Amino acid sequence: MLDPDSGLSLTIARIVQRLQGSSLHSQLERQARVSLHKPEIKLESLKEDIKDFLKTSGWEKKLQNAVYSELNVFPSPCHPAAPPEHMKEPLAYMRKAQGSWEKRILKSLNSMCTELSIPLAQKRPASEQKELLNKWNEMGTDEPDLSLFRPVYAPKDFLEVLMNLRNPNYENGEQPSFRNHLGLIQVPLKVKDIPELKEDFSELGLNTGQLGIDDSAQVPPEFFENEHVRVGQKVLAEQDSAAAQQYVRQGCPTALRADLWALILNISNQPEDILYYEQLKSNVIQYDLLVDSLIYKDVKLTASNDDYYFVFEDYLYQVLLCFSRDTSVLDHFTYSSATPPKSYIRGVIPFHGFSMYVAPLCFLYHEPSKLYQIFREMYVRFFFRLHSISSHPSGIVSLCLLFETLLQTHLPQLFYHLREIGAQPLRISFKWMVRAFSGYLATDQLLLLWDRILGYNSLEVLAVLAAAVFAFRAVNLMEVTSLAAAEAVLADLSTLKVMPLLQIFLFATVT
Amino acid sequence: MATAAACGACAMAGRRAAAAAPRAPKKPKQRPAERGGAGPGSTGGSAPGAAPLPPPPPSGRPRPCVRFKCGLTGPVLDVLSSRPGWQQAKDEEEWDFLWCDVSWLRENFDHTYMEEHVRICHFRNHYELSRKNYLVKNLKRFRKQLEREAGKLEAAKCDFFPKTFEMPSEYHLFVEEFRKKPGTTWIMKPVGRSQGKGIFLFRKLKDIVDWKKDGGRTEEQKDETQVETYVAQQYIENPYLIGGRKFDLRVYVLVTSYIPLKAWLYRDGFARFSNTRFTLNSIDDHYVHLTNVAVQKTARDYDPEKGCKWMIQQLRQYLTAKHGAGSVEVLFADMDNIFIKSLQSVQKVIISDKHCFELYGYDILIDRNLKPWLLEVNASPSLIASSQEDYELKCHLLKDTLHIVDMEGRLTGKEKRVGGFDLIWNDGPVSREGNLGTLVNGNFMANTHLGTYSPSAGRVPCSHPFLTKRRARAFHLRTREQGVWTLGLRVQKEQTFSKSGCKQPDCRSTVENKHINVGETTLFIALLFKF
Repeated sequence: MLDPDSGLSLTIARIVQRLQGSSLHSQLERQARVSLHKPEIKLESLKEDIKDFLKTSGWEKKLQNAVYSELNVFPSPCHPAAPPEHMKEPLAYMRKAQGSWEKRILKSLNSMCTELSIPLAQKRPASEQKELLNKWNEMGTDEPDLSLFRPVYAPKDFLEVLMNLRNPNYENGEQPSFRNHLGLIQVPLKVKDIPELKEDFSELGLNTGQLGIDDSAQVPPEFFENEHVRVGQKVLAEQDSAAAQQYVRQGCPTALRADLWALILNISNQPEDILYYEQLKSNVIQYDLLVDSLIYKDVKLTASNDDYYFVFEDYLYQVLLCFSRDTSVLDHFTYSSATPPKSYIRGVIPFHGFSMYVAPLCFLYHEPSKLYQIFREMYVRFFFRLHSISSHPSGIVSLCLLFETLLQTHLPQLFYHLREIGAQPLRISFKWMVRAFSGYLATDQLLLLWDRILGYNSLEVLAVLAAAVFAFRAVNLMEVTSLAAAEAVLADLSTLKVMPLLQIFLFATVT
Repeated sequence: MATAAACGACAMAGRRAAAAAPRAPKKPKQRPAERGGAGPGSTGGSAPGAAPLPPPPPSGRPRPCVRFKCGLTGPVLDVLSSRPGWQQAKDEEEWDFLWCDVSWLRENFDHTYMEEHVRICHFRNHYELSRKNYLVKNLKRFRKQLEREAGKLEAAKCDFFPKTFEMPSEYHLFVEEFRKKPGTTWIMKPVGRSQGKGIFLFRKLKDIVDWKKDGGRTEEQKDETQVETYVAQQYIENPYLIGGRKFDLRVYVLVTSYIPLKAWLYRDGFARFSNTRFTLNSIDDHYVHLTNVAVQKTARDYDPEKGCKWMIQQLRQYLTAKHGAGSVEVLFADMDNIFIKSLQSVQKVIISDKHCFELYGYDILIDRNLKPWLLEVNASPSLIASSQEDYELKCHLLKDTLHIVDMEGRLTGKEKRVGGFDLIWNDGPVSREGNLGTLVNGNFMANTHLGTYSPSAGRVPCSHPFLTKRRARAFHLRTREQGVWTLGLRVQKEQTFSKSGCKQPDCRSTVENKHINVGETTLFIALLFKF
């Protein structure tokens, strides 16, 4: 184990190293230089005066937010002696599983290319470039023939892979016994139980005001909502990421959400960020990639079909096409178990439903560059964990295990019943979790849920909600006798109220 | 037949027989047989069998059976037929409640005698509000009246419709206005037609001259001498766009009486999106008949595919997320103003008749400055459902309408909210607080909740994303969900009420994260600049 002091210095060293390359560093430097002309900066106390100046002019806050953001995104460093892949994923069998999963995806992608005889990437002719530029804002009106393309994989395929994960060092026998996990996930990982979750999610407790509950029509706004909005405005005025993160645990008022999320994710949409987005855009216009067709296909299959998100179709293309060409996304592979495919496809291969990660964000941001940055940050902080194999507590494997354990512990009869009729609960809830419930919940509820993801910097709340949904419909589920019937009972989640469900499951259930 | 006979008997309780010139609906000469010997009593109450006529029941008392007649199919018929105690009247039978289309009204209204309890779903001259040229005329007159009586400021509240002229009668006024603003786009709409038929846009007077010469007539009208009336309306060139698409709002307002004016506003409504991206480039120099695609943008009832609609709640949320709660409240208050002012403008013109009620469909457009504009009012809004969700909305709307029309006599008359309807005007503004009729001091909050969720209504607040086929099932679960939802609420309420205030996050506290106190940023300043 690493002793705290050396761990701390390692973390500091890494953050300093990362910040030195950032534009914030040059901005700070510029500000410091400008400040030299100010009369209050004295030569004899230069260092102190500049520090004071940065503090009072608000630059210190910006630096603070940047440091906080780094801490949130990057895991604490491993022992210096550990090999670098430990940073990605400490368990060897997980790394291996992820590796072979990636190989499978690539193979299927390659075979699709050969089958359709299309290149993976090519430069567009000038005329086509011009055409694309003209219809950049209405790409959805284009109807290319994509019938031959198929999504590379769907959540269902990924679940099969996770079900076959085994820890080679762990003997769990062939016969199911009481010691065995009766669910689909068979790897031994530490997941939290309800008392631990209660402690972690203490702000969701019954004694704390909660948007999504205390702002309903029956509760007069004076009791909670008005004050909460006022505090929210104060947090925004302070421009403090850490405070914002704490604040959103109780939910964001609709009107402040866009700004609060940007503050937490430390996105400020500076001119250079807009420029960067424009560069990505021109890259999209110059080159035609195979991934583009996959993205088109996915948007057409999911978001365009959606009763609510169909409006945002054009934004989705803009964001996702740029995302497929963004090399800064590659940074996340240093702490992700996944590895970027070599050469032609940089970054992330979209699966069926990938565009649903972006769709809810369109509700909050309308400038494409800002929308893009928010999505990218959400992706490299959270969403990548939902489709890569790792042992991280927010990783999909842990979420699945957490879901199954919660259900097995707290609703053993329901769990057993569903298992007996061949409707393993995870088979139904997996797609909810992989898509972070996007497309399943009503938008207002989804945003309340994502508030908590940001607030706790963790995806565990997804597994808790999935279990809570089962608990909520337990009576009806106990009556079903087939997987199809169970799926029907859980087909429509759009009427659910997220916060009461979470609260009841975590805090109001007798355990 | 027992029930039918009972219905016949209850109809006889009415005043029909005592009336001087009794006329049954439709064909007075042929009375249904089952009313038996009572039928001839209608000739002035002289028949011995019917001599001591019972007094007409007070309108508040419940009647054993309501016979309805319905000229439409779809949700309207479904709701009427499924209503407990309601029966469809046979072909020539009398009715107590009629849901008819406006053409029936034109042909039969004046020849129909109606008993006191009878209700019909239109006002005699509904077109004062629903025909575009009359609406404009009434609004202009009302504006002038307001300016005289209440001053310019009050009159300015009527400026929610684009500059409009009746054509050809106001052609010269139009030309004058047109010359004042060169380069603006105008839209021509035939007053009598709907669904975007005959609409075209223009920017040059030349186009309108052609139209005038042509008489604005379609082929089959060429031989007729009468010129079809159009309105020329200044086109709203900066509509609010979402995802590059134009949309308009459909809001439902129920009027149960004009004198005094009593109006109810429905909480649900929807925004209809055009399928294409909005652009003004489609107007060229010629006399443009908009292509199909372009008509989509203006056609009121356009619904290109299921799911091109947002519930008004979703829109309200979207706008709140983008513009803040304050400006959205102003927008919705402006919309309330549109409903009230437009109704007031016809209050003295509409033939007030206590048999009549009317469900209006308001079409509203929002521009980029979040100002709502009145496009038109439909007296017979489309009640055909385009999807499962739409069907549900319309069924709820109709059920609630019938609750308010209250044939069963269940209401006290003091209700401020019935189902999804909120009483917004009762011979004066209605306050959200207190009981109906009591004066509220201090801040007046209007009793309107357009686009807010009504948790007790028990319906899907938002459409379910992902394909519709899954939606039909699992609705039966909802009642249970209401239960738990209120449980969650109750738990919360107890907690909220028992304490004076809720625990707030201490935003001043420094958050510790993995051994590093983020507050100590000076360390980083020092390291970055290698102090």
